[in-house]
Amino acid sequence: MGERKVRYLSLEEGGFSILLLAVAIFCLVIAGKTWDQVLAFHTGLIALASLAGIFFIFRRYFDGTSTPAPLEINGKPNYNMAPVKFATWASVFWGIAGFLVGVIIASQLAFPALNFDLPWINFGRLRPLHTSAVIFAFGGNVLLASSFYVVQRTCQARLPGTIAPWFVILGYNLFIVVAGTGYLLGVTQGKEYAEPEWYADWLLTVVWVAYLLTFLGSIWRRKESHIYVANWFYLAFIVTIAVLHLFNNASLPVSIYSTKSYIVWAGVQDAMVQWWYGHNAVGFFLTAGFLAIMYYFIPKRAERPVYSYRLSIVHFWALIFIYIWAGPHHLHYTSLPQWASTLGMTFSIILWMPSWGGMINGLMTLSGAWDKLRTDPVLRMMVVSVAFYGMSTFEGPLMSIRAVNGLSHYTDWTVGHVHAGALGWVGYISFGALYCLVPWLYNKKSLYSLRLVNWHFWVSTLGIVFYICSMWVSGIMQGLMWRAYDSLGFLEYSFIETVDAMYPFYVMRAFGGLLFLTGAFIMAYNLVMTVRVGEASESEAAGQPAMAPAE
Amino acid sequence: MDATYTSLANFAQTGGLLYFMAIFAGVVLYACWPSNGERFNDASQIPLREDD
Repeated sequence: MGERKVRYLSLEEGGFSILLLAVAIFCLVIAGKTWDQVLAFHTGLIALASLAGIFFIFRRYFDGTSTPAPLEINGKPNYNMAPVKFATWASVFWGIAGFLVGVIIASQLAFPALNFDLPWINFGRLRPLHTSAVIFAFGGNVLLASSFYVVQRTCQARLPGTIAPWFVILGYNLFIVVAGTGYLLGVTQGKEYAEPEWYADWLLTVVWVAYLLTFLGSIWRRKESHIYVANWFYLAFIVTIAVLHLFNNASLPVSIYSTKSYIVWAGVQDAMVQWWYGHNAVGFFLTAGFLAIMYYFIPKRAERPVYSYRLSIVHFWALIFIYIWAGPHHLHYTSLPQWASTLGMTFSIILWMPSWGGMINGLMTLSGAWDKLRTDPVLRMMVVSVAFYGMSTFEGPLMSIRAVNGLSHYTDWTVGHVHAGALGWVGYISFGALYCLVPWLYNKKSLYSLRLVNWHFWVSTLGIVFYICSMWVSGIMQGLMWRAYDSLGFLEYSFIETVDAMYPFYVMRAFGGLLFLTGAFIMAYNLVMTVRVGEASESEAAGQPAMAPAE
Repeated sequence: MDATYTSLANFAQTGGLLYFMAIFAGVVLYACWPSNGERFNDASQIPLREDD
């Protein structure tokens, strides 16, 4: 009674404390000596976060409640779901933030006065904030949450460590904050999807290594002999993003006290590496990771195994071997040698096959259970998401063909294509996963309201239709106007005329985005109410005499 | 320079073709090998048979 067991600091606690202390000292030195105010702010922030981390490790230690959680309770795995819960809510928060910034920048394009002549909120700085917020903050947290959930459940093993999962989740979100505030303050590498500067990149590298090890650790102690296919996709996502990140950020800072850095190679090599990175961010972050969600959450929700496990194996290997080559299609008609861009184009077209194989596998999982589309709006959302995946992976190879690219590149068509994939595929599969995860994590029988899910579905689908259609029309019009010649061989339109012609489509696009944002608010309300009100929790219901299922 | 490029390109193109075809054939063989069928059917049930 009251007697405290003496316990040494565990290797994990000590190791993370030393790591965090080293980071804090390193950052404080930089913060003290730098002339760059943004770097001082960011290193100060990282130092504070590190010190807070040490504080929590030691508070936990001295509280005496820090005996390692048992791996199993009564023969059942004791899953570690607290970090999953945090990442789930973080993704809801970042999703709304990212969609909101998207609506703002869409409105800025339609009504430039909304830039307010302020540097911090002009389009150029808010645009990377939007892309990073939706891809890395929203999508990234969905991937963190779902990967930690799925790997534990399908391996029937608890995540390794007690500090490590939290280090991954909190460290990743700290990276998001550092990157996002950096854009607003004008710090950027100017490379699409790789905007964060060197110090944020270093931070992400450390976090990502911990993520890989934590994920692998769960697989290592698995009870299932087979590693379920969703985990392969997650692993491909984690490993490939690490490789891409390291190569595309092989930058040397001008000085350790400066935010500015330069890549070690220059010119077209840099462009090539950037788009090898950029397209594989699409391929391995926005595709492989979310395919993992598809392979777990759709079978789980439909209560049927995946249509063909064999197809999923071919899908996996074909996708990862082909995707990695597709990047050069971003550099048609540039100083990149033509054979390289032809190579990228060829692989993009070959990519049709695995993409559609995967789509068929996801859709056909419902064969024999199509009626669930009518009764379960969450499943409908995920199935529509797979349909959008099929649509955008058809459009993408088409746009990678050099002749088509000559029309589509640099126009709004690209923006529309990206959003078909982002809003339709990534957005909907993520919403579906969140709608599944929250009741599961909080032991609720089901969501607060399926009617609200229905509303979310229809409002945001209407938004996507507005968005994509307006961008198709606007983009193709823009491309055709750029290449229109008059009878004397002069360009028919000045650039500003093309901008003027796009105005109505910009307004429509902003409206579509607003609908999508509205849908996300409906989801957030529904998820919060699921936790606060919810259905009766299953653990309570388990105490009641169960009714026999009428089968 | 040109000769080097041509020979390297030839090697990369044929080599790449063979490499990809071999890997693809290997994957398809592994996936379709009859005796693996039972394992895969079993594996596809993993998400559905977790204990709650």
